[in-house]
Amino acid sequence: MQDKELILKLDSIVKVFPGVKALNGVHLDVRPGEVHALCGENGAGKSTLMKIISGAQPYSTGKMYMEGEEVVFHSTKDAERRGIAMIYQEFNMVLDLSVAENMYLGRLPKTKTGRVDWNKLYENAQEVLDKLGLKFSCKAKVRSLSVAESQMTEIAKCLTIGAKVIIMDEPTAALTDEEIKVLFEIIEDLKKKNIAILYISHRMDEIFEISDRLTVFRDGKYIATKNIEETDYDDVVSMMVGRNVTHLYPERHYDESKVVLELKNIKSKGIQDVNLQLHKGEILGIAGLLGSGTIELSKIIYGALPMYSGKILIDGEEKDCTSPIKALAAGIGFISDDRKQEGLVLIRSIKENISMSSLKKLTKGIRLDKKVEMERVNERVEQLNIKINNIEHSVGNLSGGNQQKVVFAKMLEANPLICILDEPTRGVDVGAKAEIYAIMDQLTKQGKSIILISSDLPELIGMSDRVLIMREGEIIMSVLKSEANQEVILAHASGGVKGNE
Amino acid sequence: MNSIKKKLIFQVNIYRSVLILLTICVFAAFLSPDFLSASNLFNVFKQIAVAGIVACGMTFVILTGGIDLSVGSIVGLSGVMSAGVLATTGSPILAVLTAIGIGILCGAVNGFFVAKCEIPPFIATLGMMTLLRGCVLVYTKGSPIPVKIDSYKFIGKGNILGIPFPIILLTLLFILAHYILTQTAFGRSVYAFGGNKEAARLSGIAIKKTEWMVYVINGFLCGVAAIVLTARLGSAQSTSGGGIEMDAIAAVILGGTSLSGGTGFVLPTVVGAMIMGIIDNILTLMNVNPHATNIVKGAVILIAVLVDKKVKDLSAKAEQ
Repeated sequence: MQDKELILKLDSIVKVFPGVKALNGVHLDVRPGEVHALCGENGAGKSTLMKIISGAQPYSTGKMYMEGEEVVFHSTKDAERRGIAMIYQEFNMVLDLSVAENMYLGRLPKTKTGRVDWNKLYENAQEVLDKLGLKFSCKAKVRSLSVAESQMTEIAKCLTIGAKVIIMDEPTAALTDEEIKVLFEIIEDLKKKNIAILYISHRMDEIFEISDRLTVFRDGKYIATKNIEETDYDDVVSMMVGRNVTHLYPERHYDESKVVLELKNIKSKGIQDVNLQLHKGEILGIAGLLGSGTIELSKIIYGALPMYSGKILIDGEEKDCTSPIKALAAGIGFISDDRKQEGLVLIRSIKENISMSSLKKLTKGIRLDKKVEMERVNERVEQLNIKINNIEHSVGNLSGGNQQKVVFAKMLEANPLICILDEPTRGVDVGAKAEIYAIMDQLTKQGKSIILISSDLPELIGMSDRVLIMREGEIIMSVLKSEANQEVILAHASGGVKGNE
Repeated sequence: MNSIKKKLIFQVNIYRSVLILLTICVFAAFLSPDFLSASNLFNVFKQIAVAGIVACGMTFVILTGGIDLSVGSIVGLSGVMSAGVLATTGSPILAVLTAIGIGILCGAVNGFFVAKCEIPPFIATLGMMTLLRGCVLVYTKGSPIPVKIDSYKFIGKGNILGIPFPIILLTLLFILAHYILTQTAFGRSVYAFGGNKEAARLSGIAIKKTEWMVYVINGFLCGVAAIVLTARLGSAQSTSGGGIEMDAIAAVILGGTSLSGGTGFVLPTVVGAMIMGIIDNILTLMNVNPHATNIVKGAVILIAVLVDKKVKDLSAKAEQ
């Protein structure tokens, strides 16, 4: 009856992996031309569900309907044929081919003699790009595109296969605020074309901005579907975690204390003359758009990137921080924004990762003291509430939140005075986020100081005692917590009044 | 049921190199009754000692995700220089120190190019392989250098309590290597480096030193292998050690160490070396045309790795 109006409907989908029920009777209905957000913590079953919808994985029992007709997808090709396309977090593109070739990969138009019909290809591709209002040429190599542009190319590709449902998995994870705006405009456009979007994101503010309805999952179970007007942030979060998360950000009580870290005239590639002071027990937030030099600055302090000139003073004493080893010895700890590439050795065990920065301390004579190591690691696992079965298991199999806690454990084992945290909650679910915030608060109470770099502005404002704003490699402004709000930060970070209107 | 199957696959995963070895032994025992005799088995061990010691060092290199193609030439150069020093000075101690010194020096040069100059290991060691072999030819002018002192020969031919000395040496070196890799901070650094170099660097691990050290250790072991080889053959030749890199790499891979680095152990490398040695041995016992030996060896490596991959896929599935 009403089902006819639905473009996609899932009924009681169950997916069993050996030993686990990843999905337990999940429902979902998607209307044409709506943005439907899927919410749930890591491990709630979102990605399994996406794989099932896009045909990448079969389901155990249940039924799936498209436009009122029952369908079974045996492959992603099957799903694409029926009009379901997925945009992955890591893009699936051939970097050295042109935009047009990537859009029609495997479906290049051919002439009668079997050669590629280049004219037709470029014509078709450019037409789609123009329709989306994209400004780059279809002849450009994908390698030369920005992350945002590659993503737009993926979306353009979805249009060329006649997608009726587009699944977007964390589409804004690597985008700047400006680029997110463009993406959202395109999504609005797609809606007008009656294309439905399944939208997955950890960023609640985005979900509330862009989606029409949302469905919440928890532990592989369907919880509820709601219209966006009928719900709010706290409601969604409590449905996701199954309890009330009232205080995501701990209440901070910080009184200005002595300076522990001072940067004087730091200059480097993309960094122009940065000066800053970090006080004992303080959380100092640094805000800035992509390319403003925030991440670079953090890596320079830690010695991971070279510094051209300038001084780093710790407790008033100049320290040599030209390599991570020296920075660690000087009392600086670091958490990278890219935990998979730079934070963890995914194929090694949880234990080995946690003790990676403190091997010297664990060495007695020439030998590692494994008993002490075991004690230290177990203590950290308990303290940070890392959910694991066995510390010998490889860290790559953990969820994002637990992986991030392992990174924290590793840094804490090095016992730094100053912790530099780049995007400490990226790709981490709400429950683990709250725990990480609590850990940060704890650390400052123990007398450690934190530099927090984050593109998640609510987080930056919620956690920081003071916020510095960077633009084009310079610190242009310092705001106290009481004065900080998203509008002010964005306006200054993006270069003036533009954001104020 | 399911968990038993899972456990079984897991066990197979750990001991797969041993399983391959046992399978080949069973075949060997059927094909030739002489195979299982004590004297023959000792013989196999003696023959794998040289390649085994080189493979031990190669395991370190491969664990970092690198490769060393110059090992054969390092063995060659260490061997001829050692024999040369022995011939001129008559001092076995000096000869031994020469071989080890040359090995370490060559390893250090490899490490310099790879760790310091960041030249891909394949290219750097390929260059060194050719360069060092050239040094061997210049030094020997193409003719062999005989070894005439018995105390030196003991290293390759002697027995202690009835056990051939090379076997004792091989065992000790592998135990030492295993200790270094599993019990020391350096060992951890090697695994971390091979698993994710950038993460290791940002964790405060001295990655250049680690990588350099790995090539030095490999060079050192090549020096030791050169002594055993020269002492056993009773002379050092300009072709000594040629082709040993392939046997060593094959032994490491048969031992289950991943070529991409970060996973594996050194003890299964001995098993890998034994597999290679037994194939050689059984073909000799069966009087197979020596020219055909390489065909069989190559085929066995391919089959073993193929089976290995299947087992790995199965265990990956089971883990899911």
